[in-house]
Amino acid sequence: MSTGQVRVVVTGLGATTPLGGDVASTWSALLAGQSGVSTITADWVDSVPVKFAAFSAVDPTEVLPRPESRRLDRAEQFALVAAREAWAHAAIDKVDPERLGVVVGSGIGGITTILAAYDTFKEKGWQRLSPFTVPMLMPNGSAGWIGIEVGARAGVHATVSACATGAESIGYAIEMIRSGRADVVVAGGTEAAIHPLNIGSFAAMRAMSTRNDEPQRASRPWDKGRDGFVLGEGAGILVLESEEHALARGATIYAVAAGVGYSADAHHIAQPEPTGAGVMLAMRRVLEDAGITGQDIKHVNAHATSTPAGDVVETMAIKEVIGDHPLVSGTKSMTGHLLGGAGGIESVFTVLALHERRAPGTINVDDLDDGVEVDIVRDEPRALPDGQIAAINNSFGFGGHDVAVAFTTL
Amino acid sequence: MALTEQEILAGIGKIINEITGIPATEVTPEKSFVDDLDIDSLSMVEIAVAAQDEFGVEIPDDQLKHLKTVKDVINFIQN
Repeated sequence: MSTGQVRVVVTGLGATTPLGGDVASTWSALLAGQSGVSTITADWVDSVPVKFAAFSAVDPTEVLPRPESRRLDRAEQFALVAAREAWAHAAIDKVDPERLGVVVGSGIGGITTILAAYDTFKEKGWQRLSPFTVPMLMPNGSAGWIGIEVGARAGVHATVSACATGAESIGYAIEMIRSGRADVVVAGGTEAAIHPLNIGSFAAMRAMSTRNDEPQRASRPWDKGRDGFVLGEGAGILVLESEEHALARGATIYAVAAGVGYSADAHHIAQPEPTGAGVMLAMRRVLEDAGITGQDIKHVNAHATSTPAGDVVETMAIKEVIGDHPLVSGTKSMTGHLLGGAGGIESVFTVLALHERRAPGTINVDDLDDGVEVDIVRDEPRALPDGQIAAINNSFGFGGHDVAVAFTTL
Repeated sequence: MALTEQEILAGIGKIINEITGIPATEVTPEKSFVDDLDIDSLSMVEIAVAAQDEFGVEIPDDQLKHLKTVKDVINFIQN
């Protein structure tokens, strides 16, 4: 597992998700097979056909001081909470600011800010708009705030690739360190899009589950009865670091961020390519980039959104490129789909799975789709083997983006 | 009935605390918004809008830039 380039390692993890307000509570709920989905109680629920969502377990405004939260979009609030946890976890006492970067994106950006601000504008005029409206709605706002927080001057970037955003950010961060632009990069994804306009718009695509009588059973990747994804919110952030920098300061290393594979479907703006060609290309490229073989990969945190079209194609692609031996987990069955945040939290899960050698389960797979020919971890978590092993996190997004990120044990 | 300086000061202190988190007790007449309270220009806009709502006075942009200290704002509202 060596490619002769700078090795990048993971030294910090942060998350705020529908399962918990930090990494520890999220991970223990995930291993326990809990669902983060609940019924929508807001009065607007009557206007949309989907009556449930995976709300963050801890409201970020309860954690952040009010003067701070009032000038942040909810997606920025999640990002800052998760980034602070990851930064504290990495325990970096000293880093050259010109060697410190940030890559954090969001699929949609400050959509709830935009909509609320437009209401204010129409009702009260421009004079009553918050002067922070623009930094709240811009999709690079989270990256900007985190950059200010940690003092990152090597470059602050925000990738945007719908539901592949978090994974693409981590890939970009790996490349930023390898290219010599930075020693440390804070990377991940965030999203806060639970709003009737978004739910209505996704519902107009027939992309969302409408299992309104059983919300916690609605997100069911690979189950024959799956009928769409469940919208979630939150953020997942990693601190990535060159191995040399991490070793020099005696940091705890949780995994190696071994490589990234990108591709694009060039097929349809919102539907997966039916042969899985793009997905397979991303996975072939991540193997090449990480200098590993399919046999090294023992675990896949799949994209698996619980939509009829995408789930099975991904498993066909996994079987073709990697084989039928890895333990494949669909954690969106519990967290819901965090869109731009998905690749962030699922990379956190992939790192923890390697670190603890435990692949999380997939809930609600009552009746496995006949087209699935890989080893799905259903219900209980399963042990990963000893020795040096690898795992990948797949993330795909509207627009045809395919991203696979590889992690290995030390 | 016109508000007293103390009443205006208390109102401004509350607004600044809400917007910036600075304790209201630190908001005293002689303090400069930028140099002493470290308030940026975007937050000053928020404070001005909130003060307009609270005290029912219009603070035009060309006047806002002359309001350097807490005392300047108190005087503007009283006049």
